[in-house]
Amino acid sequence: MRYGLLAVTLLSVALGGCSEGVLDPKGPIAAAERLIMFNSLGIMLAIVIPTILATLAVGFWFRASNSRAAYLPDFAYSGRLELLVWSIPAMTVLLVGGVAWVGAHDLDPRKPISSSVTPVTVQVVSLDWKWLFIYPEQGIASVNNLVVPVGTPISFELTSSSVMNSFHAPQLGSQIYTMSGMVTRLHLQADHLGTYPGQSAMFSGDGFSDMRFTVDAVTDNQFAQWVRQARETGPALDMQTYAALAMPSKAVAPFTYRTVAADLFSRIVNAGMGTQESFLPICSTSQRAER
Amino acid sequence: MNLLGKLDWSAIPLHQPIIMGATAFMGLIVAAVLGFITMKGAWPYLWREWLTSVDHKRIGVMYCILALVMLLRGFSDAIMMRSQQAVAAGGAQGYLPPEHFDQIFSAHGTIMIFFMAMPFVVGLMNFAVPLQLGIRDVAFPTLNSVSFWLTAAGALLINVSLAVGEFSKAGWWGYPPLSELQYSPGVGVDYYLWSLQISGLGTLLAGINFVTTILKMRAPGMSYMRMPVFCWTSLATNLLIVAAFPVLTAALAMLLLDRYLGFHFFTNEAGGNQMLYANLFWVWGHPEVYILVLPAFGVFSEVIATFSGKPLFGYRSMVVATMAICVLSFFVWLHHFFTMGASANVNGFFGIMSMVIALPTGVKIYNWLFTMYGGRVRLSVPVLWTVGFMVTFVIGGMTGVLHAVPPVSFQLHNSVFLIAHFHNVIIGGVVFGAMAGYTYWFPKAFGFALDERWGKASFWCWLVGFYLAFMPLYLLGLMGMTRRMQHYDNPAWQPWLIVAMIGAIVILGGIICQIVQLVVSIRDRDRLRVTADPWNGRTLEWSTASPPPAWNFAFAPNVTGRDAFWTSKRQEQARQDKPAPARAYEPIEMPKNSATGFVSAFFAVIIGFSMIWHIWWLASVGVFGAFVTLLAFAFRRHPEFEVPAEQIARFERAQQSGAAA
Repeated sequence: MRYGLLAVTLLSVALGGCSEGVLDPKGPIAAAERLIMFNSLGIMLAIVIPTILATLAVGFWFRASNSRAAYLPDFAYSGRLELLVWSIPAMTVLLVGGVAWVGAHDLDPRKPISSSVTPVTVQVVSLDWKWLFIYPEQGIASVNNLVVPVGTPISFELTSSSVMNSFHAPQLGSQIYTMSGMVTRLHLQADHLGTYPGQSAMFSGDGFSDMRFTVDAVTDNQFAQWVRQARETGPALDMQTYAALAMPSKAVAPFTYRTVAADLFSRIVNAGMGTQESFLPICSTSQRAER
Repeated sequence: MNLLGKLDWSAIPLHQPIIMGATAFMGLIVAAVLGFITMKGAWPYLWREWLTSVDHKRIGVMYCILALVMLLRGFSDAIMMRSQQAVAAGGAQGYLPPEHFDQIFSAHGTIMIFFMAMPFVVGLMNFAVPLQLGIRDVAFPTLNSVSFWLTAAGALLINVSLAVGEFSKAGWWGYPPLSELQYSPGVGVDYYLWSLQISGLGTLLAGINFVTTILKMRAPGMSYMRMPVFCWTSLATNLLIVAAFPVLTAALAMLLLDRYLGFHFFTNEAGGNQMLYANLFWVWGHPEVYILVLPAFGVFSEVIATFSGKPLFGYRSMVVATMAICVLSFFVWLHHFFTMGASANVNGFFGIMSMVIALPTGVKIYNWLFTMYGGRVRLSVPVLWTVGFMVTFVIGGMTGVLHAVPPVSFQLHNSVFLIAHFHNVIIGGVVFGAMAGYTYWFPKAFGFALDERWGKASFWCWLVGFYLAFMPLYLLGLMGMTRRMQHYDNPAWQPWLIVAMIGAIVILGGIICQIVQLVVSIRDRDRLRVTADPWNGRTLEWSTASPPPAWNFAFAPNVTGRDAFWTSKRQEQARQDKPAPARAYEPIEMPKNSATGFVSAFFAVIIGFSMIWHIWWLASVGVFGAFVTLLAFAFRRHPEFEVPAEQIARFERAQQSGAAA
């Protein structure tokens, strides 16, 4: 009963085009994930709802005050029922397990999206507490605003300058952790024009709540125009301006950098590996010798 | 050199009215309780009968009291979070600044898991397991007292953090690098680490104690397959404790080394790896949820069989399912971070393993269902909690399996959908189970039952409040709301968060009903007085007096079948005309009271507090004191005393004449 209510609410939210959530996908990854969610939910509801109803019915019918109910004080084992009891959840697990295995492979964040369009590469760096998006092919960068051409696969490389965060734009699909010294990969695509919210989905400190970004899915022309514009305005992003950007700050309004130092991303990734002078005191000599 | 380490007046957050208010409130309550005890002159009684007691029943009761007190503390954090999120929409910042809000959700999780749920289930096991096994105490009674007092010491440290210094702002997992010195230079994370280390040691010792007790100390005739299911689930839980808690201790110890001695296990620099901590933490963390829920499953099994007037359906299945969960729980931890970027094979494997563990759990649900089938189900309070659990837990289990599908987790990980899921299973499973066990065994522990009407009111408040508080979070998760937000922009979320807050208030109503229930029951204890067997029980704890004497059983029970007490009641009925032949009572050896637990916890608090504040000399004093305590314990002369046969005979006669009257 209670579940029925939830299902109805869920459905109405889904049908009502719940804006900005995972039920309102704007790209192939998010759409596939929603489908998998509905499939798994459907398989499970098929046994969950009867189970709940049966629990309530049995508990009610066999209440002590009901004299019409049979009393079977020694009914404690039945081979057939045991078989049933083990096989119902087993079959469900088999089905949903299949969905999980196939889904884990189909929607592996590292797997490129098959498309005839050449993907755009974006390097993502989570900072305290904002997002830096580097476009290595275009040689520009943007803070707290991710602009992507519609219908084009976006290939993300992600890392963190400080603590762990999770890059997540729910309407485009999968989130992935950003971790200092490591690079994670993610492939997403936007199929519809629009502006979608993005956030960090991993708590990262006092400025966490404001660590949001917007995704602008635009046409190819608009994207080219945005790149041109970005190249003409804004500061240059080199190690110095990056160091300034990396200082903790909250609720930073979006802006762009007109150029980006070529190896910036890999230098950020390797910052903890002892290549920078600032890490000299704690970096062992053997590690330095290895380089 | 500063004698007080980092500690000075600035540690007390005088400028924060909310914290100071809470501190003053807590201080007043503590002062009132201490004053009351002093006024009544109850200190010698308290010291003799409770603080130094090594009686498993007393220790169990103290665990449960600790859990109930910490429930109030953790719940006030919950109410603050819910009210903050109910108002902090759009541009509004609410009334809690981030540095305070972050401490609140960290404290809420830490307290509820380690100092509410854990003590509650350990308390119930402490009270019931030896009685159900038909024995006089646990294997190591003094160690049991040490375990409890170390847990209490950890709880004390967490509460001290409210008034002196701050608590961790890194969440209840304390993921590095956020919890490393570089990003959390304050004492908050140290409070978190030391209180968990101290209470974790206590839990590990309790686990060893119970594994030994259950494996080696059962009544004559109590073979494994005759043990009550609660003892089976306790065995599984304690095996998990013994296997999992050292991992937590090691992970936290590495973080301590990072923070205190400049190691680099989990740092960003010098080859540290933050995901190593995440893996270790959840290698403990996922078994931990089964450590919590398995005893609850045991309680439900006892309750449903007793109140249906039937043996548990599919006992063997239940045992197999319990032990399967015990083993499988170590193969699922990675589902806590599918979004780490592992390969599809790894994610797929852990996804499927996480679902496989739902299989034995599902079996249990059906077995409880068939236990009710053909029974005469008395719908009293413990049964309400049980049926409420079965319905609620199935939903929580379903959303859990949903999360085990990696692509779904990619979207819902860390969203409030996840929050709704684990509250669904922890409130619906562990808390409902603890409440069922509390109502079920209360008459055994104190000789009078809890008031039924207030108990029902409390149940309905909890149930309705739970659905109101957490169903909206499922929706919000689907709407893209992530957890731990101090404020948010999307105004569409606010109505649902207001509903969630109303739900929390209804749960508060449930908690108030429980407090009233306790007060009313104590007031009306003569009306609520019960015999040894108020529920028509099936297991051995109902065969002895309520409350049981210190020695539990005058004679070691002779177990001839499953549901030992039920079997013997039936046999007695069969030979009604011939009463059992009178047996001569024999003196019983019982362990003496010991202050070891209390004193070692005292030194543990000193060690923890001084390490947190870098007061090195005081920490040395604490270590030295703890060592001397250990020596004093090791060289004790007469650890046991004899209860004379006359005393036992007198007690038994009084019991029988009481029952006859």
